[in-house]
Amino acid sequence: MDINDFRTLSTVLVFLAILGVAWWAYGPSRKQYFDDAAQLPFQDDNTAPARAKTNTHKENRHE
Amino acid sequence: MTPNQFSQPVYNYKVVHQFALATVFWGIIGMAVGVLIAAQLAWPVLNFDTPWLSYGRLRPLHTNGVIFAFGGSALMACSLFIVQRTCGARLISDRLASFVFWGWQTIIVLAVITLPMGMTTSKEYAELEWPISILIAVVWVAYAILFFGTIMKRQQKHIYVANWFFSAFIITVAILHIVNNLAIPVTFTKSYSIYAGTVDAMVQWWWGHNAVGFFLTAGFLGIMYYFVPKQAGRPIYSYRLSVVHFWALIAIYVWAGPHHLHYSALPDWTQNLGMAMSLILLAPSWGGMINGIMTLSGAWDKLRTDPILKFLVVSLSFYGMSTFEGPMLSIKSVNALSHMTDWTVGHVHAGALGWVAMISIGATYHLIPLLYGRKPGEMFSIKLIDLHFWLATVGTVLYIVSMWVNGMMQGLMWRAVNDDGTLTYSFIETVIASYPGYVVRFIGGGIFLSGMLVMAWNIWKTWQITREEIASGRLTQQEALA
Repeated sequence: MDINDFRTLSTVLVFLAILGVAWWAYGPSRKQYFDDAAQLPFQDDNTAPARAKTNTHKENRHE
Repeated sequence: MTPNQFSQPVYNYKVVHQFALATVFWGIIGMAVGVLIAAQLAWPVLNFDTPWLSYGRLRPLHTNGVIFAFGGSALMACSLFIVQRTCGARLISDRLASFVFWGWQTIIVLAVITLPMGMTTSKEYAELEWPISILIAVVWVAYAILFFGTIMKRQQKHIYVANWFFSAFIITVAILHIVNNLAIPVTFTKSYSIYAGTVDAMVQWWWGHNAVGFFLTAGFLGIMYYFVPKQAGRPIYSYRLSVVHFWALIAIYVWAGPHHLHYSALPDWTQNLGMAMSLILLAPSWGGMINGIMTLSGAWDKLRTDPILKFLVVSLSFYGMSTFEGPMLSIKSVNALSHMTDWTVGHVHAGALGWVAMISIGATYHLIPLLYGRKPGEMFSIKLIDLHFWLATVGTVLYIVSMWVNGMMQGLMWRAVNDDGTLTYSFIETVIASYPGYVVRFIGGGIFLSGMLVMAWNIWKTWQITREEIASGRLTQQEALA
């Protein structure tokens, strides 16, 4: 066991960590949690989320 | 997490306003110096035989001015705005916020004084001498306390992705700055790095490339993840992609520095590692770009009417372009052609003008009306924003294209050999051949700078009409708290 084994090991660990992050982010049970998180920029803005939705409908009608 | 759950605290907009105005001010100064040194390369007589007006001393002033004064002020304005709005919490301390603002401005003024005087560590993007380096570390730690203290006060469990990017930016820049600037002071204005030779070069470019990766990328991605959804009026295309984007980007960027040292005394394995990691970086970079641009899907028509959104989306296009070009240039055989040529300068400015400056400008146009208690997008003139958009775009394109042409031409001329093995061209012949490109670059830079002047005028007029509206009672003083 020399230092190169540790280097190989650390590369594999980082790879597994990235896979873990992807699994965590895309796990179906966490969909609602992340969907809610995506609304955070609009939370302290009384008009924005509603306005965003109406705009979408209007634009769809235009198209 | 239901909408409108925040009890609305009164935010500290004063420091945001200060940094937003500093962004415009230092943008104009930093870019004006850039236009001057571009002119010096085309017409060397403009060095005026004066040491403190010479290219060698003004070039670090330009880079420090646009990266740390303009970009830094934009990052601090936006991060301190976003952290308050997405955490539903006021900054932990108004006095600390003032200290961060005035501390950062003091550092910039010291840079403006010392760099033309010729005081420099000669480390690129870390030229400031040791007393100023220490001041940077102190102000940066204060900024970190201000930012993370506010995150700890947040009203709910989740930390919005923009704040993750700002966190990585603040922590990593602190580490990079301190490690790279370790030096032995000889006098009050002169120090020598504790590193020597190849190790010094590697530490320097570990810092240098992560100034790109964490200061100019992660921080501005934080701006993107807030202002693109806000301006488009819809949430980010995929929040889950943003999570993968974040971890992949910060895990890979720190390894890319060695591509600045291809074919140098740096060990080959380190060069190859830097190249491989730079190539892998394409994936998270484009993941982030696609995530930002696709946020507009279903609302593309807004691009026709909203120049602020145009700034934000075109900045993402330039981001995608330069993060494709970067990995390509890091391939050793491509780098053999491009290194030391103007191609590198063009690549940097595709990122600096197209990505960093354009997203900062878009974010500032979003911020200013809000800071003056006006409706979103209610600037003095939307047409002038549109004019600014076109000046910025045309200026950037002229700059990039002229440097592509110059860079490839220089690389090809430098490597051309005659049948007997002698060089076909002398160096001065390549300089003379570069002249038209230098003139076009100067024109492009000048056009970009003129856009910044249009912006300053627009902000000034917005402030004037805001004051008139306060006087006539349409707006209350409290609404226009900035």
